Amino acid sequence: MKETTEGLVVDRTGALSLIQDLGRGGQAHLGVSPSGAADRTALRLANRLVGNPEGAAAIECLFGGLQVRSRSLCWVTVTGAPTEVLVNGTGIGSHSSIPLGPGDTLLIQAPPRGVRSYLAVRGGILCHQTLGSRSTDVLSGLGPAPLEPGQQLEVGRATQPLPDTDLAPPNQPRKSLGLLPGPRRDWFTPSAWQRLLTAAWKVSRDSDRVATRLGGPGLERARPEELPSEAIIRGAIQVTSSGLPLIFGPDHPVTGGYPVIAVLTDRDADHAAQLRPGETVHFTQIRG
Amino acid sequence: MSRRLIDYGERGLLLECADLTETLGLLRSLRNAEFEEISEVVPGARSLYLRLDAPVSRQRRGELLALPPSTDDDADIGGEVSIDVHYDGEDLAEVAEHCGMTTEEVIAAHTGQTWTVGFCGFAPGFGYLHGENERLRVPRRATPRTTVPTGAVGLADVWSGIYPRRGPGGWQLIGHTTQSIWDLRRKPPALLRPGTTVRFIDKSAP
Repeated sequence: MKETTEGLVVDRTGALSLIQDLGRGGQAHLGVSPSGAADRTALRLANRLVGNPEGAAAIECLFGGLQVRSRSLCWVTVTGAPTEVLVNGTGIGSHSSIPLGPGDTLLIQAPPRGVRSYLAVRGGILCHQTLGSRSTDVLSGLGPAPLEPGQQLEVGRATQPLPDTDLAPPNQPRKSLGLLPGPRRDWFTPSAWQRLLTAAWKVSRDSDRVATRLGGPGLERARPEELPSEAIIRGAIQVTSSGLPLIFGPDHPVTGGYPVIAVLTDRDADHAAQLRPGETVHFTQIRG
Repeated sequence: MSRRLIDYGERGLLLECADLTETLGLLRSLRNAEFEEISEVVPGARSLYLRLDAPVSRQRRGELLALPPSTDDDADIGGEVSIDVHYDGEDLAEVAEHCGMTTEEVIAAHTGQTWTVGFCGFAPGFGYLHGENERLRVPRRATPRTTVPTGAVGLADVWSGIYPRRGPGGWQLIGHTTQSIWDLRRKPPALLRPGTTVRFIDKSAP
C-alpha cells in the first residue's frame, strides 16, 4: 500500500472491524447479498455528524477495541452502541464529532450495551468498490478484507459543510423488536405464532452479520413439506429444521428454502444488529 | 396453485406463482410492464419478491395478479450460453446408479436438454438450472464436501448448478468446466442470470 501522510492508521482492530457503507442492494437476483452496515441508523447518524453523505464508508467495529491514529487534522465520530471513546487516553464519549490532530489516537472501548460501533471520518473512507459498494460481505467474501493492525486508510475529500450540531442522542439498544407477519406465517401452527410473540428469546453466540440465531421454545410447523426456495430479505425471521428462529442480517443469503414466519420492521432490523449474545429479546406484532 | 400476492416486510410483496415457467414468464412481463412502484425483482423457484418504492394500490395488486406471463422468447432476459464440461465428477458413478443409467447416459441426459436458470442463490453467480425433464433428479450428498473446486458442475434435487468459486458444497458432482461463471471484471459479473438458457457440451477426453 502506498505511503501517505493523510488519513488514518489502524493500530488495533478489536474482535472484528469492517469497512461498511449502505451496501450493494439491487443485485440479489445475481446471488449478491445487500451487505452494508448492520445498524444503518447508526451509520447514517455517524456520517451526518461529520458532514458526509449518509452512505459514506465507515468502520463497523464489533465489541469495541478498535484504535486508530490520525495522520492529519480530521473530524471523526463514533455512533452505534453507546460506549466510551478515548482520545489520547481521555474519555470524550460517543455520538459527538471530534477533531483529531496529527498523531492523535482514538480508541473505542467495549460497549456495555449493544455490540456494534461505527467510526466515521469526515470525507469517508476510500477503498476499492466492489459492485458499487465498499462493504465487506462476510458470507460471500465480496468487498475489502477485515481491517488489520498497521493498515492505512485513505480518507476522501469533504463535500458538505460540517453540521451545526456536534452531538446526537445515542440510539438506545432495545430488547423488544417490532415485527409483521411474514409470507409463511400460515406454515406454522397458531400456537407457534403465539409463542414467537410471548417467549423470551435468547441470543445465540453463534450470531454474525449473516444471521442472529435465537434459542427458546421450538416453533411447530402446520405444513411439513419442503418450501420451494424463495427470496430472503434483511430482518426476515426464518425457522429452520431445528424449529428455532433466526433473524437475517445484511449478509443474508439471497434465497432460502425454510419458511419466513415474520419480518422485523426496517428500523428494528437495525436494532437487531445491536443484540448481545446471551441476552434475551422479545417480539411485538406491529400490525397485520 | 393459483397466483397469490403476499405481504413481505414493510416494503415488499411476494408474488407466488404456479411454477417456474410462470415465474420466469412474469419476470419477463415485469421487465416490460410499467410498475414504477417496483424497484427490484428477486426470483425464487416459484415466486418473485417485489421490493417496493411506493405502496401498491388495490387496483395495482389486481393488475399484478392478472398480468399475463410473457411467453415471448424474444423478450430475452438472460441470454443463451453453452458451457463446455469435462464429465469427470467424483459422484458421476453414484448419480448413474441412482438414476438407473450408465455414466454415458447421464452425460447424454445432461447435454441433451436445454437448462434454464430459475433463480440465483447460495453464492454470487450460482444459478439454479432447471432442465426440460427430471431424469437426473438426485438427492444432495448426505455429507456436504468442505471444499468444492471452482467450476464444478453438480446436481441436486431437480437442479443442476456450477460452483462459481471454491467453497463448501453438498451437490453431487458430475464434472467441471473451465469457463468463468463469476467474474467481477465482467458486466454483469454473473454468466448465469434468471432466464439464461444453457446447453452443456461434452468435452470429456475420449
